Amino acid sequence: MYAFTYLRPGSVRGASKALATKENAKLLAGGQTLLPTMKQRLASPDHIVDLSQIDDLKNIEQKGRRIVIGAMATHASVASSALVRDNIPALAALAGGIGDPAVRHRGTIGGSVANNDPAADYPAAVLALGATIHTNKRKLAADEFFAGLFTTALEEDEVITKIAFPMPSRAAYQKFRNPASRYALVGVFVAKRGRDIRVTVTGAGSNGVFRWSEAEAALSKRFSVKSLEGLSISASGLNGDIHASPEYRAHLIAVMTARAVAAA
Amino acid sequence: MAQTPKIAVAMTVNGQDVSARLEARTLLVQYLREGLRLTGTHVGCDTSQCGACVVHVDGKAVKSCTILASQCEGAQVVTIEGLAHGDKLHPMQEAFREHHGLQCGFCTPGMIMTAVDMAQRLGTPDEHTIREELEGNICRCTGYHNIVKAIDAGCHEMAKGQHRQAAE
Repeated sequence: MYAFTYLRPGSVRGASKALATKENAKLLAGGQTLLPTMKQRLASPDHIVDLSQIDDLKNIEQKGRRIVIGAMATHASVASSALVRDNIPALAALAGGIGDPAVRHRGTIGGSVANNDPAADYPAAVLALGATIHTNKRKLAADEFFAGLFTTALEEDEVITKIAFPMPSRAAYQKFRNPASRYALVGVFVAKRGRDIRVTVTGAGSNGVFRWSEAEAALSKRFSVKSLEGLSISASGLNGDIHASPEYRAHLIAVMTARAVAAA
Repeated sequence: MAQTPKIAVAMTVNGQDVSARLEARTLLVQYLREGLRLTGTHVGCDTSQCGACVVHVDGKAVKSCTILASQCEGAQVVTIEGLAHGDKLHPMQEAFREHHGLQCGFCTPGMIMTAVDMAQRLGTPDEHTIREELEGNICRCTGYHNIVKAIDAGCHEMAKGQHRQAAE
């Protein structure tokens, strides 16, 4: 990878200031995406701002009917957290299915959500559970956060500090893995909270994670696999590549949605 | 960028305090192999997929090709060289020898470090769990059967050792 200057601020304020004042600066969370990207020279930041020494970014706590997860909490810590497992087991299961054990020991929820990879798992959970993304400047609803491929509403000097997940009454995530990369070829997160039902899809949309509103409407009548019978999604706007055509992904979305509802 | 500024890094590797001035882009695996000459940790794919470079940082298995040395400031790092006590192999190393859990041996250091981490987190996982946990470690020789047997035996041996320690 290209050379860079390494900074390790002790506060979120310091990290934000580094982003604002340093030329071509990038935050380093767990580094499980950024470092491989830099090795491939697809990213060449001049300044790396390591968040690992900032206190309080790794906490997982309960605040009323919400589970609040610090941006630097690793996938392994979310997967093994008793609070998450007891209150939002679907989220713990999702975290435990990312990458492999060594990657889960380093990769973070904040890094994943800020990167918004179209095949990442976490965006599906954040959007389906109607989570709120807290930054050093403001609170963003999931619906206004994700803004297309590798794009979010975050400003240049904005740092995610934590993500608050309301507890659903029912939820499940089902992922169809690419047999080689093990990334989600299609992943569907289904969540029911009161009358609010959400179905989100990752891995398939050419614009990143999205809500499947027809499935949400069908499930609102009755939260049952039967409600999805005959329902299909158009292949237009879905990714096609050597791994799967848009039509195959459309088919998988319907299948994984039914499986998620059955599992929820 | 023309200049490559160096930064001071200090950590503990296999129980010994070490420090160096390194280019910021130095990966942990580069520092271990080229700086400390601990060449038991291997570089296979260099893309965090194969697991030949797995070491423990603060007690957790990580891919040393996908972490900067500077991110390990103040950390406790254990490599394959740190497992044995003199001539006495670690129970997991012994299990790999006993069950012939290797052929060419290139993936073995990473397999063993992953296996020890597995035992520490999960105790004595069943065969299915062992195979799932090996998601990030690739072996191109063995077909995994003897690796799985070795890990199963090594986990049981480590659990016995813990009981012995607890009893003492």
